[in-house]
Amino acid sequence: MSIEENKNSSVDLKRRRILTGATGVVGAAGATFLAVPFVSSWQPSEKAKAAGAPVNADISKLQPGQMLTVEWRGKPVWIVRRTPEMLAALPKLDEELRDPASSESDQPQYCQNATRAVKEEYLVVVGVCTHLGCAPLYRPAIGSPDVGEDWQGGFFCPCHGSRFDLAGRVFKAVPAPTNLEIPPYHFVTDSIVRIGEGPAQGGVA
Amino acid sequence: MAEHKKFEAKNGTVLGWFDRRYPLVSTWNEHVGEYYAPKNFNFWYFFGSLALLVLVNQFVTGIWLTMSYKPSAAEAFNSVEYIMRDVEWGWLIRYMHSTGASAFFIVIYLHMMRGLMYGSYKEPRELVWIIGMLLFLVLMAEAFMGYLLPWGQMSYWGAQVIISLFGAIPLVGPDLALWVRGDYIISDATLNRFFALHVIALPLVLLILVFMHIVALHKVGSNNPDGIEIKKVKNNQGLPKDGIPFHPYYSVKDSMGAVFFAIPFALIVFYWPEGGGFFIEPPNFEPANPLKTPEHIAPVWYFTPFYAILRAVPDKFLGVVAMGAAIMFLFAMPWLDRCKVRSIRYRGLSFKLLLAMFVISFIILGYLGTQPATATLTLLAQIFTATYFLFFLILPYTSAREKTKPVPERVR
Ligand code: HEM
Ligand code: FES
Repeated sequence: MSIEENKNSSVDLKRRRILTGATGVVGAAGATFLAVPFVSSWQPSEKAKAAGAPVNADISKLQPGQMLTVEWRGKPVWIVRRTPEMLAALPKLDEELRDPASSESDQPQYCQNATRAVKEEYLVVVGVCTHLGCAPLYRPAIGSPDVGEDWQGGFFCPCHGSRFDLAGRVFKAVPAPTNLEIPPYHFVTDSIVRIGEGPAQGGVA
Repeated sequence: MAEHKKFEAKNGTVLGWFDRRYPLVSTWNEHVGEYYAPKNFNFWYFFGSLALLVLVNQFVTGIWLTMSYKPSAAEAFNSVEYIMRDVEWGWLIRYMHSTGASAFFIVIYLHMMRGLMYGSYKEPRELVWIIGMLLFLVLMAEAFMGYLLPWGQMSYWGAQVIISLFGAIPLVGPDLALWVRGDYIISDATLNRFFALHVIALPLVLLILVFMHIVALHKVGSNNPDGIEIKKVKNNQGLPKDGIPFHPYYSVKDSMGAVFFAIPFALIVFYWPEGGGFFIEPPNFEPANPLKTPEHIAPVWYFTPFYAILRAVPDKFLGVVAMGAAIMFLFAMPWLDRCKVRSIRYRGLSFKLLLAMFVISFIILGYLGTQPATATLTLLAQIFTATYFLFFLILPYTSAREKTKPVPERVR
């Protein structure tokens, strides 16, 4: 029997359509299920998720104006011991900042204050630019040459020129959208800061 | 032109045995021996075959590098040093690969420039162009992932910035960036998956796309510097009068081009492999340090025009959008350009000026992308970002009204 005859007589086109449709639907469902392990396998592994333990930093040797970098979850966390002059300059900058009250930014509630800190003197901040994740540079000096003459001290991101003040607050008209992130932390003693754990989770603030 | 003798497989020969079982001769004839290309190809037509040559170079040197490279955060940097110092001829194979990447982009940019000048993206070659643009995208992904592998400072921070771009997408962004990295920071997991993508997944995609690019081209036939459709004027055998068979005419021309290319390429590989810090950037001689960004970071030169556009926009999300749009507009060229005349030789002044403005903007942005973002340079980047986009925005209007010169029947 030729195909031509087939078409006219015995081919059940309806049945073919149903079979094709059913195979398509079941196959698509199967393919979706099959995609799950492949897509999920790109998520952070259990090992990566577990690597977030808190770290302690000893700040007893930190001089006024100095900065200390510690590694927490693979990221730099900075501890800056701010001088009274540095602290006094902060409120004057409010006009030039994008989010002076930190209402759009990431910080634990106990740090959503004028100095973004548990203790005014110590700024503890994640050193990852909120633009595209570079580590900004610490430029404490007034009028630092690579930042500008009217610079009051803060952080400058070399990647695309974002600027932050000494409370990690972002200036206007730079690419970074929000203030630098403040991690959860508390003071274990006067000279030990524990990063990655807020005051409620352990010890006193 | 000498009379063309048809190439056939005779029965009883080895070739005949194979040809009865595999379409050897017919494929050869269709794509090489009797593939008629315009007789007026010039310098600009070298770059397609050169791109193929560089592709082969990347494949061969890449496979050899894989034999000594270790894709782990702990070992990657040292394994590259090992290749450079201890593996016999390892330095040459690595420099051929790293210089080859830059050569690839030089060749591709010139190849694209030819397309823009001669209107090769126009009807009926839209798909040749679009497949080409897909090749360009995949090539950028391939180069980006390859750059992470040596695990130097620039590898690390370059990847950090580019992956963070995904994070700028509203709502899903942060989860997407996390998914791409496979960790909260760029880590061993990221390096390992980039290795898999760089050595197998993307090369496969490239190969398939190159195949499709050439199939599409051979279906519609090549354009030429005059932008004339050679299929319109045929002789009594039905062959285009202005066409010549690819082999031996262009096989000889392209082989010559390959040699002309290979000489400066070898000189650069031997005497200037770091390309003055443009092919391999100085910070990449330091191992990755997740706590410290190099004082000045810039991508490799072939990404800098797009990087300058990203930096020019003082808004995280819009910057990413502008960078994406800078590439997406190129996809739309076949429809943005509404002039019927293909080649720049017969087009009006407006197109010549616009194209010049576009190319100059691209080059200046490329330079600005290598420089630190000072206030003056950022302003310049903003101006040239504007002129870059103006090209695509003005073109649809001017090209529809362009005063063109008469296009001749036959090629010159
Ligand atoms: C791996 C990358 C690529 C390879 C190996 C490749 C290869 C080739 C080859 C061998 C030809 C024929 C020879 C020639 O006309 O020069 C060709 C033509 C062409 N390619 Fe590509 N190409 C690549 C990427 C691109 C890109 C990125 C574009 C632009 C978006 C593009 C657009 C075109 C066009 C429009 C033609 C036809 C040109 C004409 O007939 O005037 N190609 N390509
Ligand atoms: S990453 Fe800091 S400004 Fe872009």
